[in-house]
Amino acid sequence: MADAPLRTSLHGRHDALGARLGPFAGWEMPLYYSSPSAEHKAVRGAAGVFDVSHMGQLELSGAGAGEYLQSMLTNDVSELEPGHGQYTLMLDDDGGTIDDLIVYHLQGNHYMAVVNASNVAACRERLAERVPVDVDLVDRSPETAMLALQGPSFEQMLAPLSSDEVWTGLEYFHAAHDTVAGVECLVARTGYTGEPGVELLCPWDAAPALWDALVEGGAVPAGLVARDTLRLEMGYPLYGQELSRDRTPIEAGLGWACDLEGGGFAGAEVLRAQKAEGTPERLCIFTLTEGGIPRPGHPVLRGDEPVGTVTSGTLSPTLEAGIGMAYVPSEIAGPDHDIAIDVRGKRKAARTARRPLVHTSPTKG
Amino acid sequence: MSDASYPADLRYHHEHDWVRVEGEEAVFGITWFAQDSLGEVVYYDPPEIGAEVAKDGTYGELESVKAVSDIYAPTSGRVIAVNEALEGQPELVNTDPYGEGWLVRVQLSDPSEVDALMDASAYETYLAGLSS
Repeated sequence: MADAPLRTSLHGRHDALGARLGPFAGWEMPLYYSSPSAEHKAVRGAAGVFDVSHMGQLELSGAGAGEYLQSMLTNDVSELEPGHGQYTLMLDDDGGTIDDLIVYHLQGNHYMAVVNASNVAACRERLAERVPVDVDLVDRSPETAMLALQGPSFEQMLAPLSSDEVWTGLEYFHAAHDTVAGVECLVARTGYTGEPGVELLCPWDAAPALWDALVEGGAVPAGLVARDTLRLEMGYPLYGQELSRDRTPIEAGLGWACDLEGGGFAGAEVLRAQKAEGTPERLCIFTLTEGGIPRPGHPVLRGDEPVGTVTSGTLSPTLEAGIGMAYVPSEIAGPDHDIAIDVRGKRKAARTARRPLVHTSPTKG
Repeated sequence: MSDASYPADLRYHHEHDWVRVEGEEAVFGITWFAQDSLGEVVYYDPPEIGAEVAKDGTYGELESVKAVSDIYAPTSGRVIAVNEALEGQPELVNTDPYGEGWLVRVQLSDPSEVDALMDASAYETYLAGLSS
């Protein structure tokens, strides 16, 4: 941990914009440029661009690649057509979560997993443990930069930068190669904000040119603080907060991303048993019904009894209310249960809700 | 936001709070350095009117999206007003930390306490020491 933090190829751009930088998963990343709430609102109202080059890319190819991923990931990889991606999870043999990720079927026997920055090594090692002889596993993270262009105006900002317009026909969670601002990119219709948009994967050193073109075209540079408030309004879990080796996807409400009927993936038996029998706790999302901001670690109260701990909490810039997520007894994890959060000794009334807290149209465009 | 400044008519506390003495009363706030460190303020939890505040004690909280900061009383006294405007516009603490971003007005219990606080040039020297 004493090592100097890693920097993306956009570090000079962030510095020039006066970004407040902070540590994240071994990287020095922009937390915000001037106002996290303005960046959040730009993404909800127009478009923002995030440097997410710290994320990892693991490429798998070879005759057995699809079958191998089917045995290692929770979702049904076999249903992925070339050019399609899906949200999925990698588990340990006890069903604990190693990472949540997106896997793309690029073409033929060629797949790519986009994993969390904090878990690149864990995913690579887990995949390497059992990799068959007919599968090549290559970590493309060091040479791959990634920008997320997110928001309802993303198409207007992307259109002038691409003559091929391959991306214009892309549906949600589909991906294709295209040239954007002269840079060869994998364009994926994915994101972590709830807004329509794309994630652009490109060569490490080409990212500054792509970034400049997007910012000149009107995309607002947005940092990790806005990324966190955006994802929390949607109820998207974050590894290290909602997801860990101690929690299964069933507890996290991610059973929809697990092929429980047919799946022979590692950890599947544990998940099937939990699905059948239920789990003592489940992840809930909640809003404070009075002033205050819940933070990770704050106790969740039912009556006066502590029944859980906040995993993520913030002030929602859209709702202008405290929001958060927590593992609580399953019987109160559904919507419309009255709970309270102990915010540094002050009891704050809260109510569980349905995900997402803010309604958006991520599939639009 | 705003540019760094430390007005000469204020006195400063080492926890980065300022006080503006007006006769028997005083106004408290946080310094430009404090608001810059905290980032965009999104919530102010003020004390009750009538509450007694003690020099060097905490009297409320300011929160940014990512962090919580206690606010410290530079001098002792009784709260006679809180800045109601911050309920709707907490970011005034960032945009105008010495003006519209004030936090509380107190009736001083011991005006001589002010003498022990730093003046602007001493505070700037203190800040320079923190960053070196």
